[in-house]
Amino acid sequence: MEVKNNNNNSILEIDDLEVIYKTDLETVKAVNGINLKIRKGETCGLVGETGAGKTTTALSILRLLPENTGRIAGGDIKFKGKSLLDMSPEEMRNVRGNSISMVFQDPMSALNPVYTVGDQIGEAIKLHNPQLAKEEVEKRVEEMLELVGIVASRKNDYPHQFSGGMKQRVVIAIALCCEPDLLIADEPTTALDVTIQAQVLAMIANLRERLGTSMLMITHDLGVVAKTCDNVCIMYAGKIVEAGTIEDVFSGMKHHPYTEGLFASIPNIKTKSSRLKPIKGLMPDPTNLPQGCAFYPRCEKCMDVCKTIPPEAYHNGTHSIFCHQYANQAGSVEGKGGAPNE
Amino acid sequence: MFKKKNSKMTLEGNAYQGQGKIKEIWRRLKKNRGAMIGLLMLCIMGVVLLIVPLFVSYESAVTQDFSQMLAKPTKEHIFGNDGYGRDIFARIIYGGRTSVGIALLATFFSCIVGSVLGAIAGYFGNAVDNIIMRALDIFMSVPDILFTMAVVYALGASFTNLIVALTLAYFTNYVRLVRSEVLTLSEQDYVEASRAGGANSMRIILSHIIPNSIGVIIVNTTMNVAKIILYESTLSFLGLGMPSPQPEWGQMLSESREFMRNAPHLMIFPALAIVITACSINLLGDGLRDSLDPHLKS
Amino acid sequence: MNKEEKTPLLETINLKKYFKTGSGLLHAVDSINLKLYRGETIGVVGESGCGKSTLGRTILKLIEPTSGEIIFEGKNISKLGTRGMRSLRKEMQIIFQDPYSSLDPRKTVIDIISEYMLINHIYHSKKATYNRAAELMDLVGLARRYAEAYPHELDGGRRQRIGVARALSLNPKFIVCDEPVSALDVSIQAQILNLLMDLQDELNLSYMFVTHDLSVVKHISDNIMVMYLGICVEFASSDELFDKPLHPYTQVLLEAIPEPTLESRAQPFTLIKGEVTSPINPKPGCRFAGRCEYCMPQCHEKTPEYIETLPGHFVACHKVNGR
Repeated sequence: MEVKNNNNNSILEIDDLEVIYKTDLETVKAVNGINLKIRKGETCGLVGETGAGKTTTALSILRLLPENTGRIAGGDIKFKGKSLLDMSPEEMRNVRGNSISMVFQDPMSALNPVYTVGDQIGEAIKLHNPQLAKEEVEKRVEEMLELVGIVASRKNDYPHQFSGGMKQRVVIAIALCCEPDLLIADEPTTALDVTIQAQVLAMIANLRERLGTSMLMITHDLGVVAKTCDNVCIMYAGKIVEAGTIEDVFSGMKHHPYTEGLFASIPNIKTKSSRLKPIKGLMPDPTNLPQGCAFYPRCEKCMDVCKTIPPEAYHNGTHSIFCHQYANQAGSVEGKGGAPNE
Repeated sequence: MFKKKNSKMTLEGNAYQGQGKIKEIWRRLKKNRGAMIGLLMLCIMGVVLLIVPLFVSYESAVTQDFSQMLAKPTKEHIFGNDGYGRDIFARIIYGGRTSVGIALLATFFSCIVGSVLGAIAGYFGNAVDNIIMRALDIFMSVPDILFTMAVVYALGASFTNLIVALTLAYFTNYVRLVRSEVLTLSEQDYVEASRAGGANSMRIILSHIIPNSIGVIIVNTTMNVAKIILYESTLSFLGLGMPSPQPEWGQMLSESREFMRNAPHLMIFPALAIVITACSINLLGDGLRDSLDPHLKS
Repeated sequence: MNKEEKTPLLETINLKKYFKTGSGLLHAVDSINLKLYRGETIGVVGESGCGKSTLGRTILKLIEPTSGEIIFEGKNISKLGTRGMRSLRKEMQIIFQDPYSSLDPRKTVIDIISEYMLINHIYHSKKATYNRAAELMDLVGLARRYAEAYPHELDGGRRQRIGVARALSLNPKFIVCDEPVSALDVSIQAQILNLLMDLQDELNLSYMFVTHDLSVVKHISDNIMVMYLGICVEFASSDELFDKPLHPYTQVLLEAIPEPTLESRAQPFTLIKGEVTSPINPKPGCRFAGRCEYCMPQCHEKTPEYIETLPGHFVACHKVNGR
C-alpha cells in the first residue's frame, strides 16, 4: 500500500522522525522513528503515557526543542509539502502562531499575568499582521473572544480574573486568531474539570468546523480521543506502535498488546469488575532502551524474537500494528509504514 | 531482622546496604574540587593559627622596635615590620586567631539567633510574626555602627563583647531570609503530612523546615564571614576594635593605609589573609550546600 | 461490604467549614451528613471548588471545623484539641494527591515511612521501627532496594506507594484518599487502585475516596456522595448512582465523561451553561439553580432539602423531591 502523496490535501507529514536530548551525562532517545500524516480538516490523536515522546514530537514540529539539549537526529517534517527542518529561523517564526499553532496543557502558566487577555490576543494578531490598523486588531480580538464564548467586554480583564476553563479558552483564542492550518493541542483539557472539558472540546470542534483547521490532539485520555479524533496513533517509548482510524483502533479484533493493556486499565463505567488489569512494570528508561521491541518486558505475549528484533509493521488497510505476532500474516508489508490514509 | 554495623544499616533477608547519611554527604563533598581546596586551605590555616604560636612569641607581635620600622621582608621577619617595627608575621598569626575567631563565632551565633527567629516568625505567622518583624524593623532602623558603638561603649571592647556586638549587627540578615523560606515550605504537603502523623510544631521545624532551608542559610553564612572580618576593620578604625596593641587583621589593614605607597607589604599580607580566608569559606560553603542537596546526588 | 457493626466507624452531623475571605464568608463545606462503616469505602466526587478536599481534611481535624459533629468510633471528636487528637492520629490517616510535594525531598524512603512511628514511639528501638518500615515497603510493593533512595529518584507510581506505606504505618482504621491517582498515568493508576483495594480486604480498612474522576470512584466505592459548592447533592450506593442518577448535576456529570467507545462519538457534547461560581455568601436557594436545565422559580428562593428519596438514596433537589 503506497502512501498517496497528495500535496494539495496533506497538511502535515512526519517521516521517520528521530529526536534526542543530549546532555553531558547521557543521551535520551525521546522519539525513535515515527511516521504520521494529517490531512486537511482531519484530527489525529496522539496517545501515550508520560515519557512516550508525544510532547517532544509536538515541540519538534514547531522546532521549539530546548536549544542546548534537544536535537532532531533524523527524519523530516513537511508542512503542506515544504520541509520545516530546512526553514530559516525567520521563516519558522512566520509559521508559528500563523500557520501552525499550539495549545499547551497548563492554562495557568500559558498566559502572562501582567497583560490583559485582549492585549495577549492582540499581540498574536499584530505579530503576523503588522499592516493592520489598531481598530482592526481590536475588532479581531473581540471577534475571537466571542468565538470562544467569552463576552467581548472582558478583553480588558487580566488572566487571574478568569477561571481555569476560561483561561484555556483564551489560550485557544490566541492559537486560532490567525486561522492556522494546523492546531497542535497538547493535553488541552487534562487540567480541567470534566464538565468544563466538555465545553472546551465542544468549542474546539465547533471552531474547527468553521475554520477548517486540522488538529493534532495529544492526550492520554482515550475517551477524549474517541470523541474528537478521526485517526489515532498510539505511542510507546518514542515509537508509534499502532495507528489507524478511530474504527480501526476502537473496534476491530487485532491490536498491539500495549493498546489492549491501555484499554484494560481504564475503569469502565458500564461494568464493574473486581480488579483492574494494569500493565505490569513501567515504561523503559529512554537512555537505556531494550533491544528489539521496547514493550517486550511488559508484554504478556512476548516471544523470543521480540527480545532481539524490532517489530515490522503489519498493515491492514488503514490499520498498522508494529508487533511480531502479526508479522507473518497476510497483508503485512516490510519496511516502515504507519500513517493512515483514506 | 535489622542490624546496625558501625554506621551502616543493613537489612538481612532482602539485603540492601545503607551508608550513614554523614558518610554520604562527605562522599559527595569530596567530589567537589572547589570545596576540597577550600577545606584544605582552612585546615592549613587552622593548623598554622594553632601550632605556629608555639614557636612565635606574642611579644614579637607587640614589641615595638623602631629600628625595624617599615622594614621589608627579611629572613628574620618574613613578612617585614610595620610602622611600629612590630613583626608582621607574628601579628598576622595572632591577629588571625582574633579575627577569624571573632568572625566565626559571631557568624555562628548570628546565624543561630537569626534563623530561629525567622523560622518561628515564618512558621507561626499572625501575631508572633508581627511582633518579631516589627521588633526587627526597629532594630534595623538603627544604623549598624551606632548600634555597635553603643554596645562596645556599654560593655567595653574585648573578644567576647565584640562577638556580641557583631552578632547583634548581623542576625537581622538571617531573619528575613529564613522567614521567607519558611513561609514557602510551610505550605508544602509534606508538612501537612507530618502534622497528620501527630508531629508537633517543634518537630516539624527541626525535622522538615530547617533541613530544607539549609542551603540558603549556608550560602548566606559564608558570605557573611568575609563581611564581618571587614566590619571589624571599620570598628578598629573608629577605635572600637580590640585594644591596641592586640593585633587584628582588619585593624592591620586600616593602619596600613598611610603607608600604602612606600611600604605596601603592610597592606598586602593582611589583605591576602582576609581574601584567602573568605574564599576558602565560600568554596567550602558552596560545596557543602551542593552536597547536602539530595537532588544533586550523582 | 457487610455492615458488621451497627455503629458506624465514622459519622458526621451537619458538618460545616467556612473560611473568612476578603469578599465574605466562603462556605467550603456546608451541612454534610454521612455515615461510614468498617471496611467500607465512601467516594466523594465533585469538581474543583466543591469542597471535597476540605471535607476530608476537616474530618481528620487537619482543618478545624466551624460547626457540626464528627463522631469517630462513637466518640465526638469535633471539639478535641491537638493533644486530644494525638492518640486518634493513629486511627485516621491521609494519602495525598501530589506524590511530588507530599514527600520531604530531603528524606529517604525509609525515613519517610518511619516518621510517624518514630513520632509516636510505636516501637522501643529505631531498629524495630526500620524493620517495620521495610515490611510496609513489601506490603505496598516497593522493592527494598529503594529504601535509601530519595523521592526525586523515583517515578510517580512508586512515590505514591511511599505515601500509602506511610499512611498505613500507624495501623489506622480510616484513611482519607485525596485524589491519590489523579497525578498518575492510566496504567499506574490501575496498579495503585488495585493495591488500595487489596489492602482494604487484608486490613479491613475504611476509605473516604475523594476524586473528580467518576470512573475511578465507581470502581472502588461502596457508596458515593456527589458534592457541589460545598453541599452534598446526592448520595447513593455506587451501582444505584450510576444506574439511576437523580440529581440534575449528577446526570450532567455522568454524561460529560467522554467514554472510550465508538458509540460516544455519535453523542453530542453535554453542555451545562455557565461556570462554577464560588460559594461566598451564598444566597438561599439551590446552588446549582443557575446552571440547571430544570430550574424552577422556587429553586432560586428555597434551599432544597436533603431527603431519602429512595431507600438508601438521598437527593437535595426540588424537582426530584416533588416540592
